[in-house]
Amino acid sequence: MTEFMAALADPHLPFLRYAFMAGILASISFGIIGTLVVVRRISSIAGAIAHCVLGGIGAGLYLEQVVGIGWASPVQGAIVVALGAAVALTLIKHFGSQREDTVIGALWAVGMAVGLLFMARTPGYTDPMSYLFGNILLLSKSDVYLVLLLDLLVVSVVGLFYNKLLALCFDEEYAFLRGVPTGWYYFVLLCLTALTVVLLIRVVGVVMVIALLTLPAAIAGNVASGIKQMMFLAVLICMAFITVGLAASYRLDLPSGPVIIVLSGIVYLLVLGILQLFPIRSAQ
Amino acid sequence: MDQQSPVLSIKNLCFSYDGRAILEDVFLDIYHKDSVCIVGPNGGGKSTLVKLIIGLLSPAQGEIRVFGKPPQESRLRVGYVPQYANYDPLFPISVRDVVRMGRLGSSFLGHYSREDNRAALAALEEMGLAGHGSRRFSALSGGQRQRVLIARALASGGEILILDEPTANIDPHTEEHLFEILTELNKRLTIMLVTHDVGFASHFFKRVVCVNRRVVIHPTSALTGKLISEMYGSDLHLIRHDHHCALEGHSHD
Repeated sequence: MTEFMAALADPHLPFLRYAFMAGILASISFGIIGTLVVVRRISSIAGAIAHCVLGGIGAGLYLEQVVGIGWASPVQGAIVVALGAAVALTLIKHFGSQREDTVIGALWAVGMAVGLLFMARTPGYTDPMSYLFGNILLLSKSDVYLVLLLDLLVVSVVGLFYNKLLALCFDEEYAFLRGVPTGWYYFVLLCLTALTVVLLIRVVGVVMVIALLTLPAAIAGNVASGIKQMMFLAVLICMAFITVGLAASYRLDLPSGPVIIVLSGIVYLLVLGILQLFPIRSAQ
Repeated sequence: MDQQSPVLSIKNLCFSYDGRAILEDVFLDIYHKDSVCIVGPNGGGKSTLVKLIIGLLSPAQGEIRVFGKPPQESRLRVGYVPQYANYDPLFPISVRDVVRMGRLGSSFLGHYSREDNRAALAALEEMGLAGHGSRRFSALSGGQRQRVLIARALASGGEILILDEPTANIDPHTEEHLFEILTELNKRLTIMLVTHDVGFASHFFKRVVCVNRRVVIHPTSALTGKLISEMYGSDLHLIRHDHHCALEGHSHD
């Protein structure tokens, strides 16, 4: 760990510092939105958004390098596609006649396919692996600012509309009957989920980001007595996974995304096992 | 409120789903402090009728008036109590937060005022759950969870209480307690209770509304074996014998 601390302070390893800062800051959004995603049971929707974001990344790269649009970038493409997916999934839930899970599956795969096609037509060496599984070498200072901005957005929206979002997750039908425009709140929740997913794609990649969104919240949900506590715990657990995962990957010279996700998975299984052996009374 | 004009009035209502008629020619008037049991076989249209009354569905034909207005405009005056078993047992939420949901109203941010908290606490007290506010909802017994949901409807200030299958999955003792509570609430509120179990059309109710595509209204005393078998056909397996019906027959007219 001391070695990792020294590496963080090393001026020759800025990407490690950025990855650490982006990870710690993104944990705030991940814990809060992850909790809502877990209790509202929309993990598969969040997964679909994460995967089809690759289409946006590919389009962003293509527009930037082939079409030569200076302001286009993979991150912008990712954000646009993520929000577009949130719009599509909201519309399908409320107006669609198709089975929702079929649409989720289609969005999932088609988004990725489009992304890979764009990358294939982008000259130079664009490694899809970096986006699929994360690559902290791609991080820069502007990513840290972006994470900070989105943290502010997530914290203020969830903070202001907490009771309504809670009602939406617990009992959407009843919330609607009390005059809450649940369709809009569902849309807001999906948009925040989409933006949150985009935050850490460079660290853990589109394929694995869903685990980092849901596992800390799932662990927290086993011990928390309320949603606020669950969010708070999920934030701390997410921070711990990212810190320990980055340190371990640096120490072992392994890619950081997979190390963070494997660590999350192991801790999740351990917690489940411990709870099986020593069930806690959650009656308080 | 004028005691004579109905709080809920349904005229000539039809509703179909995918071309299949679920409800036909429904006429129904419910009056202030009525206690009505809505019975019928599964798939007979009970839940559809309730969804129309609370404004989750709109009728294809006919008219529904709740307090003289369309259901969507009267939502805040109706207290709806869903089945407690519908809720995710893993959801970490306190009893207090569930009850306060009844006060969400239509304020933009949905923050609870002191008045909201007071109403929630009073409703919990009335349901005999005053000390349970900070407990986790899923840690309560089935009967307690049901009372929390009734408290939520009471906190919302609803004047009509609609309970969806409250008698499913609860033991006879809890059920008896439920009817004690409803008898007390019926002194000030109109109560409509949905069940597929005709045995619950007990002496508590003034009227029984039988729903099986068509709707027929009976005084409770008319609920006899003949009517029950007409409603359910030969599929009926469960008949309770511990409630009292008059022996006279009746006719659908």
